[in-house]
Amino acid sequence: MSTEQSQRPIRCLVAKVGLDGHDRGAHVIARAFRDAGFEVIYSGLHKAPEEVVQATVQEDVDVLGISILSGAHNTLVPKIIAGLKEYDAFDDTLILVGGIIPDKDKKELKEAGVDAVFGPGAAMEETITFVRDNVPARD
Amino acid sequence: MNATASLVDDLLAGKHRALARTITKIENRSPGYRELISQLHAHTGDAEVIGITGSPGAGKSTLVDQMAKVYREQGHTVGVIAVDPSSPYTGGSVLGDRIRMASTVGDMDVFFRSMSARGSLGGLSTATADAVKALDAFGKDKIIIETVGAGQNEIDIVRTADTVAVLVPPASGDDIQMLKAGILEIGDVFVVNKADLDGADRTVQELKEMIHMRDSDDEWEPLVVETVAKTGAGIEEFLSVLEDHYEHLETSGLLDEKARTRYAEEIRALLRADMGTLIAKEIDEQGGIDSLVDEVVAREADPYTIADRIMEPLEDCTGRRQS
Repeated sequence: MSTEQSQRPIRCLVAKVGLDGHDRGAHVIARAFRDAGFEVIYSGLHKAPEEVVQATVQEDVDVLGISILSGAHNTLVPKIIAGLKEYDAFDDTLILVGGIIPDKDKKELKEAGVDAVFGPGAAMEETITFVRDNVPARD
Repeated sequence: MNATASLVDDLLAGKHRALARTITKIENRSPGYRELISQLHAHTGDAEVIGITGSPGAGKSTLVDQMAKVYREQGHTVGVIAVDPSSPYTGGSVLGDRIRMASTVGDMDVFFRSMSARGSLGGLSTATADAVKALDAFGKDKIIIETVGAGQNEIDIVRTADTVAVLVPPASGDDIQMLKAGILEIGDVFVVNKADLDGADRTVQELKEMIHMRDSDDEWEPLVVETVAKTGAGIEEFLSVLEDHYEHLETSGLLDEKARTRYAEEIRALLRADMGTLIAKEIDEQGGIDSLVDEVVAREADPYTIADRIMEPLEDCTGRRQS
């Protein structure tokens, strides 16, 4: 006897980390995710890696989308990943990076644990489909 | 040990991830969530629950941020649940209140969780109340529920709080707005935030008059406080009013009474939901809703007769038990 029908939209954190002050792209993706039926939590600008970790853990998101334009991805992203591991939140979080990422850094980010990197030319539909197809299964 | 038991153990041991996961299960109505809440129940009852509501842009999130900061300075641990609306078309939502939680950044003893309304009337207040239980069992001293006050749904949510504060922005309408039914009736404390703006004094005055004129046998007369959440001005006074109200609830016995009312409501809500499931099954059993509608359209039966027919087996069962 129960009414236990699971109803679960995909939850995403869209995070801006570090010093860059442009969040137009983050707003656009937040809106597109919302229109795709996702629950989007937006972090706001200028977040430190530990703030992003805190939000990811507390909000229990399926997807963490990090937007970086400043070029500091090689230092900031691994810090976030290390924080997620510390709270046992790495394995079941899909990690995306968006922004200006040189090709040579993409491989390194993926080795560090990033699931996909989307550059400025990426179609929104492509990103949304990737999320739908790859979101980690939860019980 | 099963998964639920180990999740409960981890939560009680203070693991943030377990708390986060528990709230997710509650929100999603995941299989096993009922057992989870059952097990947590014994560990609840110690937290003070404060509801914050008011129109969009009143400054709720900024105020909550300042409250959390002062509570932390006083040595309390804090849980926050912020509820935002969801799209009626796609179900999607942008939950933006976290942006304003800047004062307690990096402090894990402030557990902030965004919740989407997920388009559900009634269900959300149950989920919010259950999430409060998870934070309570985790050991949070103060739990703040923040929700935009626009309708019945929000009023249901704040009913799960011990003390309700309603934020009223300065110059938010003429005195007729104050007479309208709704959120102004549910406040134990009224906060005129952005009190540095023009029109604040008048709003305070109007609120005081409204409170004075209301016909209530409640011993607690709602207070009006002024704050500027952006700078932190007035926050400590506001918190001491919340404390006074909580003390009033304790000494007058209202706290226990409120809890009893809440549990009664909770039992009824659960039963209504379960009953709904039973009825849905019975409808399927009797050929599905479409075939029942066909009968009504063909004038072979009317909705009342159909409802009686669906209820009959259920009534039989309970009748048999009573005799």
